[in-house]
Amino acid sequence: MATKIFKHIQTSVVPLPIENIDTDQIIPARFLKATTRDGFGNNLFRDWRYDNEGNPKTDFVLNEPIYSGKILVAGKNFGCGSSREHAAWAIADYGFDAVVSSFFADIFKGNALNNGLLPVQVSEDFLAKLFAGVFADPNAVIEIDLVDQFIKIVATGETESFEVNPYKKACMTNGYDDIDYILSKKELIAEFEGR
Amino acid sequence: MGQTLFDKIWDAHVVSSNEGFPDILYIDTHFIHEVTSPQAFDGLRTRGLPVFRPKQTVATADHNVPTWDQHLPIKEELSRYQVDMLTKNCAEFGIELYGLGHPFQGIVHVIGPELGITRPGGTYVCGDSHTSTHGAFGAIAFGIGTSQVEQVMATQCLLQSRPKRMKIEVNGKLQNGVGAKDIILYIIAQISAAGGTGFAVEYAGDTIRGLSMEGRMTICNMSIEMGARCGLIAPDETTINYVKGREFAPKGEAWDEAVAYWQTLYSDEDADFDSILSFKAEDIEPMITYGTNPGMGIGVTQHVPETASFEQKEQGSYKKALDYMGLHDDEQLLGKPIDYVFIGSCTNSRIEDLRQVAEFVKGKHKADNVTVWVVPGSKQVQEQAIREGLDKIFDAAGFPLREPGCSACLGMNEDKIPAGKYCVSTSNRNFEGRQGPNSRTFLASPLTAAASAITGVVTDIREFLSESEFSELEN
Repeated sequence: MATKIFKHIQTSVVPLPIENIDTDQIIPARFLKATTRDGFGNNLFRDWRYDNEGNPKTDFVLNEPIYSGKILVAGKNFGCGSSREHAAWAIADYGFDAVVSSFFADIFKGNALNNGLLPVQVSEDFLAKLFAGVFADPNAVIEIDLVDQFIKIVATGETESFEVNPYKKACMTNGYDDIDYILSKKELIAEFEGR
Repeated sequence: MGQTLFDKIWDAHVVSSNEGFPDILYIDTHFIHEVTSPQAFDGLRTRGLPVFRPKQTVATADHNVPTWDQHLPIKEELSRYQVDMLTKNCAEFGIELYGLGHPFQGIVHVIGPELGITRPGGTYVCGDSHTSTHGAFGAIAFGIGTSQVEQVMATQCLLQSRPKRMKIEVNGKLQNGVGAKDIILYIIAQISAAGGTGFAVEYAGDTIRGLSMEGRMTICNMSIEMGARCGLIAPDETTINYVKGREFAPKGEAWDEAVAYWQTLYSDEDADFDSILSFKAEDIEPMITYGTNPGMGIGVTQHVPETASFEQKEQGSYKKALDYMGLHDDEQLLGKPIDYVFIGSCTNSRIEDLRQVAEFVKGKHKADNVTVWVVPGSKQVQEQAIREGLDKIFDAAGFPLREPGCSACLGMNEDKIPAGKYCVSTSNRNFEGRQGPNSRTFLASPLTAAASAITGVVTDIREFLSESEFSELEN
């Protein structure tokens, strides 16, 4: 099945300079009872975003109107904890196309890639520059190019390259799907089972 | 160059390996539960595909199930719907379901091992990060997302890049009252919640060798809490004796053949690890966490670190964690009043955990300020506990034995810790809101949790233990 295609974006960013953001914060367990993939964006960062009465917490970045954009920039070890793919669904459903951090948890990274949400791992220094840039100017624009594998702070021209698994890159830039790929090797699975 | 245990098992399961692509890895058994499977079943329906190997797929309902009056319909509508959906999906796709009321029902990571489904040398996945538990048998086992659940349902295979290999050795004699949970909380506190990311971790050393299978499962269970892809321990006599005779364990000639193979599963002397870490058992105190990730742990007598001891850029996150927990720099947790004690979860809900707690609390009673929940990991654990009379000991101590499920580990059912309350929990995660919105979690061992329930405050279990009296509680 075709999946979402990602090649290049240029947009302002939403800064979340907190480390070790776990998937329970991204989407709390009580919202995992849905049986479809839709609508999780409404509860993205639910307990940081809303108080117990459901009122928006004005000091949380998603509630600050000066910040918007298709890229979430977060502290190191983003997406640790539970394997819930609902975390990637929630971030994508909210409207983000990419997450930038200096370190990603393994399972989250895989889940994001399987949903057309690009995890971009940058150096600690570059992450610090991104945060400094957006706090100085909330409209600061960032460019991410998956084809040539770089991220750029447009105003200053500062650029860093990033790693991505070549297979997953081909999937994201073409909309390929893992299951289609494995099914194309089905005779090898039968052969393996016969060994 | 010799091979690591991990590589031996991985190589035996590679269906296809192509330069520039992840390997196609064959999965022996796929465990599923109600939370992370419905969208995967929907995906199969959209593609018009069956479950490729339904007999290698095992289902149970654990995350949403009540732990009291389990025979009644689930009260909460969304939870009931999700559990019903699993029942329907399993019927439609021909998958065996150990659902509510079934004698094999329980937490997915408890039932796999106790039924003899989890075995040395196998590959196991589940849409659940604590699948790393099964690595205790000398297997490759890890959590996956729902798209991958669909992938395994459709093909019995998974696209995976081979992780790096790390060896963590623990050698020496544990202090009295220190067990497997303390070992893993100590390791994570040493290397951080991200210290294992990108690695398959093999635990070794004489202290690990000396652990029971239950203890080894506790260790491997929390591998994900340091970010590791999986954790594993080479099989030995302890492993083989545990598997032997279980419901789905091989029997007769098949058993002998299996054991002969399992005995080849160890890392060769000259195997190449990307990283090797060593710890001394003697250095490990009973552990407790104070923060909002499992790496934020200290010995129970130590003080919470000072904010100034962290790098500038880390101080904001650290202060946020302490604020959430209602703690301050340099505070000592020892003696701090608590509100709840939760003994359960895929980390510590096996029969050995319950026996250890029962032995300790026999003749004692919980403090008035504490509510205690003891939640067995499976129907079989619950029934074994009742056969051994542990339920009566628990009742007398004010520790009611509930019914099996994930329960207050993540509060998807009614078992939630109220906002602002402190819970000493034997589970695996102390994330903000994990046990209920604004709940505050101190992760600890079953013995530390039980002792704290008795005194009503965070307690050093060693105060209760004399060398001779509880020597059997060492592990």
